[in-house]
Order: sequence, then structure tokens, then C-alpha cells
Amino acid sequence: MIEEKFDVIVVGAGMAGNAAALTLAQRGLKVLQLERGEYSGSKNVQGAILYADMLEKLIPDFREDAPLERHLVEQRFWMMDGRSHTGLHYRSDDFNEEKPNRYTIIRAQFDKWFSQKVREAGATVLCETTVTELAQDAYGKVIGVRTDRVDGEIHADVVVLAEGVNGLLGTRAHLRERPKPDKVALAVKEMHFLPRETIEARFNLKGDEGVVIEAAGTISRGMTGMGFIYANKECISLGIGCLVSDFQRTGETPYGLLDRFKRHPSVAPLIEGSEVKEYAAHLIPEGGFKAIPQLYGEGWVVVGDAAQLNNAIHREGSNLAMTSGRIAAEAIFQVKSRKDPMTAENLSLYKTMLDQSFVIKDLKKYKDMPALMHTQSQNFFLTYPELVSKAMQNFLRVDGTPKVDKEKTTFKSFIKARSWSGLFGDAFRLARAWR
Amino acid sequence: MSIEPSVRVEDKLFYNRYLVDTGRAHIKVRPHTTPSPELLTMLKACPARCYELNDKGQVEISVDGCIECGTCRVICEGSGDIEWSYPRGGYGVLFKFG
Repeated sequence: MIEEKFDVIVVGAGMAGNAAALTLAQRGLKVLQLERGEYSGSKNVQGAILYADMLEKLIPDFREDAPLERHLVEQRFWMMDGRSHTGLHYRSDDFNEEKPNRYTIIRAQFDKWFSQKVREAGATVLCETTVTELAQDAYGKVIGVRTDRVDGEIHADVVVLAEGVNGLLGTRAHLRERPKPDKVALAVKEMHFLPRETIEARFNLKGDEGVVIEAAGTISRGMTGMGFIYANKECISLGIGCLVSDFQRTGETPYGLLDRFKRHPSVAPLIEGSEVKEYAAHLIPEGGFKAIPQLYGEGWVVVGDAAQLNNAIHREGSNLAMTSGRIAAEAIFQVKSRKDPMTAENLSLYKTMLDQSFVIKDLKKYKDMPALMHTQSQNFFLTYPELVSKAMQNFLRVDGTPKVDKEKTTFKSFIKARSWSGLFGDAFRLARAWR
Repeated sequence: MSIEPSVRVEDKLFYNRYLVDTGRAHIKVRPHTTPSPELLTMLKACPARCYELNDKGQVEISVDGCIECGTCRVICEGSGDIEWSYPRGGYGVLFKFG
């Protein structure tokens, strides 16, 4: 056993773990952070978009040296069917501001930088160390962790579980259940490299401007899922994800889905001639507010993806991870400052503080959306995208049909596919869940 | 079945870097004679196609190309079909981009 005792052990060096370790170290606590990868970032997978506001709260001047790709000036939402997409695009020169709001990043590079900040703040960061289980006393209080190193038990007053979506340690210690197949999505992603000028020409960008495309529709073949295309400086992150339970139900393969997405006529020209340099897969928490497990206990708190903190509607996760990590650290610091023990009662401060933040408020707002999207996946991801595509084409194609007749055709197609009550029901359910 | 070019996952995995922990598979399939529906699901659901049928109709795993997503754990661990852990520290997939 390592004799040295720490104030806090942080398990994991992703967004949540780094935010927690940094905040704790900045406040003078003795922090040990454990990471199983060869460096922070080498096991971490994300699209990825960085939300500046949440990082500014941790590192105000991050723009000076963080490895950022492109600041986003444009967002495109695509509703896709087999050969078409109907788009809602928003682009604004307002996003070309001194301190941009969102950036694309490459996680392996960004996390390495983030981890350096954690070290500079005074935390001990130990990589290439897999935590195998939590160390608990006879009463079940978490007193530290066990690792795969020789003499691998290490003690601390409190353990911050930032172990990622799988939450293995928490499950092993019976603090929470294993994620269920209908509460997590499996996403696969490729990194497509192209010359910078080619990317800028294809996406209508200049300088470090960036664009994000979020796509849904028949590309997920009736499953609840989304595709994404993010422009980085010299590469494009392209991926698609669907609920694990949907893969289970349909027998679709993740790589088959990815390749069909890549071959879609709206997508193929964007990546034509690219060199693929990586293929990654990752789970994404999709259960929303109702899937949030117990967030604290005797000697422990859980943050980020391990706490299933992900806003599936807005595609936000890393900012919820960063914020929950920071808030957990602030709560721990407060308990420590009062010289109080790290009991569940005292650590409940973390939940109280998190409840008051946008993290829980946003998830609560959309608490009924996951169930709606998951049970109505055929309608929202197949039927409607096809109807909309046909309607748009009918609207645009000039063939001598009087407009009145065209409108009738479109109108009838909606009624035929979903019926009056179906259409009103879908609209009502969507409005209620969105409220 | 639609006619589409078959996707070679092996080619995709070739882009990635790995440090293989020889002789220490981090995922193990419980010995069986007939595979459970959960195990059979993995033949298609595993994004790295680590799960394959052997000639006796049993599901086998080869973890060398595993990208450590956890999909098989979510599907198969509950039924006891597999034992799932992360690789030892430093081993497994080494993402350059992530």
C-alpha cells in the first residue's frame, strides 16, 4: 500500500476529472489523479465541441495556449432521407468575436494540455494506472482506491469518480447500476484528413472559422440516433451514434451505419479524397434527468459521464462534465474548509449546488424527451424525414402541376402516414416534452 | 437485405495504435455450448468486430482490436456471459485524436 494519504483521489482524466483535479489543486488540496491511459486524452473520445464559458470558469485565459481547432460560426441541422437533406442553417458573423463561444477540438490533444494545467496547479497525476476497485471500510465508507500496480491501494478522505460513461468502479462497489442498453448510445467516429484549404472551400470558411453539421433521419434506419460532421483545421470528425438497445433490436452494425452515412450524396463530397487516420467508438449517456444515479455517498462523489450528465437534445456533454467536476471540487473544498468529515450528509452539498446550476436545470427541462425519442423512433427518424423530403421536393419541382394540387398531395401524404390524431399527438407530445 | 459494399472493420482498426497486453485479455467470454441471444448480438453490435463465431457455433472474443467502448458490457455483463474490465494501465487502444 502507498502510505501517503491524499485529501482527494480523482479517478479519470477526462473533462470532468481534469476540472475537479484542477479546482481542488488550485485551492491547495492534496490531490492524486489516476488515469489508465498513457496520458490524459489517450482514452478519451468526443466529437468534439468545446464550450468556452465552462472552461473560462476554470482557466480564464485558456485561449492563449489551448490547442483549439476552429471557432464555430455556423451550425447546420440536417433532416436526411436516402438521397436528400432538408437543412436549417444558422451562420452569423457575430460568432467571429474576440472570445468565441464554441470551438471544435481534438480531445487527445486538448486533454493533454488540460492535464498540464492540472499538474501546474499542484496535483499529482499518475497515468498508465487502472483503478480496479474502490477501497471501502467495514461500514462501506469509501476510503480510497485499489489499482493494478503492485501495492496498489491508496487512501484519501474522498474519491471523485470521473471514470467515464461506463462507471465501472461505481457499479462494482454497488453505488449505482450498470448503464442499460436503452440509456446509452454507441457512437462510432472517423478522423478524415484533408488540406486546410480544401476544408475551408468545402465548408465555406475562412481562417479559423468552423462549422458543425448535426444530422438525423433515415441515416439511423429507424433507430434513435444522430450523425455529426465537425470541421477541424486539417481534418473532419465524422460519426454516427444510435441507442445500444436499437442496435440490439435491429441487428444493424455500427460500422455499416457509418459507411452508409459517409456514402450519402450530401456527405460524400465533403470528405472526398480524405485520408482516414483513426476509427474510434464510445458510449454516450442518453437517459437524461431520469437516468442520473446517486451522486454522492460516504467518501465519494460522481461527476461527468459516469453520472450520466449529458444533454442529448443539445448535444452537450463535455460542458456538463467540466461543470459537475468543478462544482464537486468546490463542494469538497467547502466541507474540508469547515474541517468536517467527508460523509454523505456533508457531501450532499455537491448535489445541492449542482441542482442550482444549468446542468440539472437543463436536464430537468428535457426529462421526458429521451422516452419520447426512444419510443417514437420510427416516426421521428424515418417517417417524418421522408415526408419532409418529399414535401420539399414537391414544393420545389416545377412541373406544371398547379400549386393547389401540390399542397393537397403533400397534405395527404402526411395524413396517410400518420393520420390526423397521429399528427396532433406527435406535435402535442413533442411540445409537452420540450416545455 | 440491401446490396451494399461490405465494410472491412479490420481496415478501420489498422488506422489505430494499440499496445496489446499479450496473454491478458481484459474481456472474457464465459465458456458455453450454445451462445445466448446477448452474445449473438455482439457479432454485429461490437464496433471493432471483436466477437466471432467459431466452427462449433460458439462466440469467441479476440480483444486485440478492442476500442474499449463498453457496448458488450452493457449488453452481456448482466447475463453473466462476459467478464469485463479495462485493460491494465497503459495497455489497449492509444488514441492519437480521440
